[in-house]
Amino acid sequence: MAIEIGGKSIETDEEGYLVDLSDWTEEIALELAKSESLEMDEPRWEVVNFLREYYDEYQIAPAVRVLTKAIGKKLGKDKGNSKYLYELFPYGPGKQACKIAGLPKPTGCI
Amino acid sequence: MSEVKKFLYVNRRAPYGTIYAWESLEVILIGAAFDQDVTLAFVDDGVFQLVKDHDTAGIGMKNFTPTYGALGDYDINKIYVEKESLEARGLTIDDLQHLIWEDEDEDWAEKDSIKVVTSSELAKLMGQQDVVLSF
Repeated sequence: MAIEIGGKSIETDEEGYLVDLSDWTEEIALELAKSESLEMDEPRWEVVNFLREYYDEYQIAPAVRVLTKAIGKKLGKDKGNSKYLYELFPYGPGKQACKIAGLPKPTGCI
Repeated sequence: MSEVKKFLYVNRRAPYGTIYAWESLEVILIGAAFDQDVTLAFVDDGVFQLVKDHDTAGIGMKNFTPTYGALGDYDINKIYVEKESLEARGLTIDDLQHLIWEDEDEDWAEKDSIKVVTSSELAKLMGQQDVVLSF
């Protein structure tokens, strides 16, 4: 599969995750969000950027439980809970936010 | 909630050359994500997995070892390294990554995750597990 952005074709796997992480740009994130029917507002960018930083440091996309805890620590308790994260990403913060961030599916996500 | 089992993952092989070390780490993270009680042991050449600052450029492989730093986030804080294996390879705990976990009950105080144990202590630990997986 592939998505078209600015005349360029970007390869994705059968579930829509980027094949090559280094292809990622903010423009691609917007396109990936659109395919998930999500509007990229400030709170969503915050989570996506957090995931990218996490991946950069540890080279894995964290499981939802780990993401929730880590967000709570970094961005505050009011954001580090599943209700908040599922409101932003109704089909799963791990799954959807990781896809938009250009990361693979979280380890431990089935 | 189903019953929580005690899982011990025994890592015996050098980090590169085979896929065992990386596969083990993935399985460990998945097990922890499912709320199992996870303990790790590093013995024989497995102790090299935890050595800090791997430079893998020469063998054209990705250095996956930064991922060990995420173990604390997964609440994995029982990491045992066999003393005899370290000594036989001229290593000490200072050659290993400093792995920590944060204790939520103590205002996120950082605590060490790695403990060096003798092979007889490790044998005792193995006896206390429900499941032992060797990689």
